[in-house]
Amino acid sequence: MSDIIKLLEKNGLVFAFLVVGVIMYISYFISKKIARSRIPGAAIAISIGLVIAYFGGENGLASIPAFSGMAILGGSMLRDFSIVSTALGASFTEIKKTGMVGLLSLVIGTVVAFILGGSIAYLMGYHDAKSIATIGAGACTFIVGPVTGSAVGASSDVIAISIAIGVIKSILVTISTSFLAKPLGINNPQTAMIFGGLVGSTSGVSAGLAATDPKLVPYGALTATFHTAMGCLLCPSILYFIVHYMIG
Amino acid sequence: MKIYGVAILAICFLIGQIMGQFLGKAFQLAGNLGGVGFAMLILVISNDYFKKKKILQPETEKGILFWTSMYIPVVVAMSASQNVKAALSGGWVAIIVAIVATAACYSLIPVLSKIANKKNKFF
Repeated sequence: MSDIIKLLEKNGLVFAFLVVGVIMYISYFISKKIARSRIPGAAIAISIGLVIAYFGGENGLASIPAFSGMAILGGSMLRDFSIVSTALGASFTEIKKTGMVGLLSLVIGTVVAFILGGSIAYLMGYHDAKSIATIGAGACTFIVGPVTGSAVGASSDVIAISIAIGVIKSILVTISTSFLAKPLGINNPQTAMIFGGLVGSTSGVSAGLAATDPKLVPYGALTATFHTAMGCLLCPSILYFIVHYMIG
Repeated sequence: MKIYGVAILAICFLIGQIMGQFLGKAFQLAGNLGGVGFAMLILVISNDYFKKKKILQPETEKGILFWTSMYIPVVVAMSASQNVKAALSGGWVAIIVAIVATAACYSLIPVLSKIANKKNKFF
């Protein structure tokens, strides 16, 4: 047994591929069969990740030697690398069609989420600029939070909170979109793009729009992708900078 | 070859990181400011250019798309390696922030749609 654990430890990254693969399979199964696609598989998978991290230590599951590879696969290098690759799905000419309003929705969506998240964090006892900025960034998406957190050097528990915020937001968006589409007027490509830009959670937006009208998915997903980019651009830079000089 | 795509992604990533690092230094703050965002912008703009010139082979694109499909699994691994025990002590923050931020974003949709419609009438 100890030989096997040593072997897994030595081949940590490969073992992590297997572990994550199994988590993904289970999550998409639950999403499809049990949740009837109301909750996106990605959101379930991330939630399962957070739940099993609870049974680990300071580095979550990766604190257990056999699972140390999870920290490599989920480390900042591969994470940032794969996030950048998602930009391929977005075309600059496409977003130009929504014009200034599309851009406006991206900036407003990011800034409003950041300010609200940061203010609540401050009110609930987080008084350092790094934590406030990370939690504020988490209010954008579950990517912007950890990217900001590791860029400014926030602690792992604050980063975990920022991921949790993004995940809860993504689930909320997925479930509520089909119900709110009518009153909010999400029935055309332009509004779908505004919706994606404001809300930003790519998995939530695409799953929510799929439940509303599948034709709207690419439009919402396009601006939602840009939302993450905008968040990764603004939160750890200008917005953190402002918080830093306000709080000290 | 797929590796060309991975290499294109790598150069975009590294240039973005260098820019982020430079910006961090310029503002005398530790860490990397918006490196990932810069990298994404560089990839979007260069992808547009490649598409116009039709020089991006489908096979090359696959090298980048592989990493796109790895994005959620990587995020799952990342969540599994967080200090969740410590985060749970601040659990209410997560729930409240998520609800308030989502509600605020939703409420802004009709406002921006109105602006968009007005613009369309004028132009």
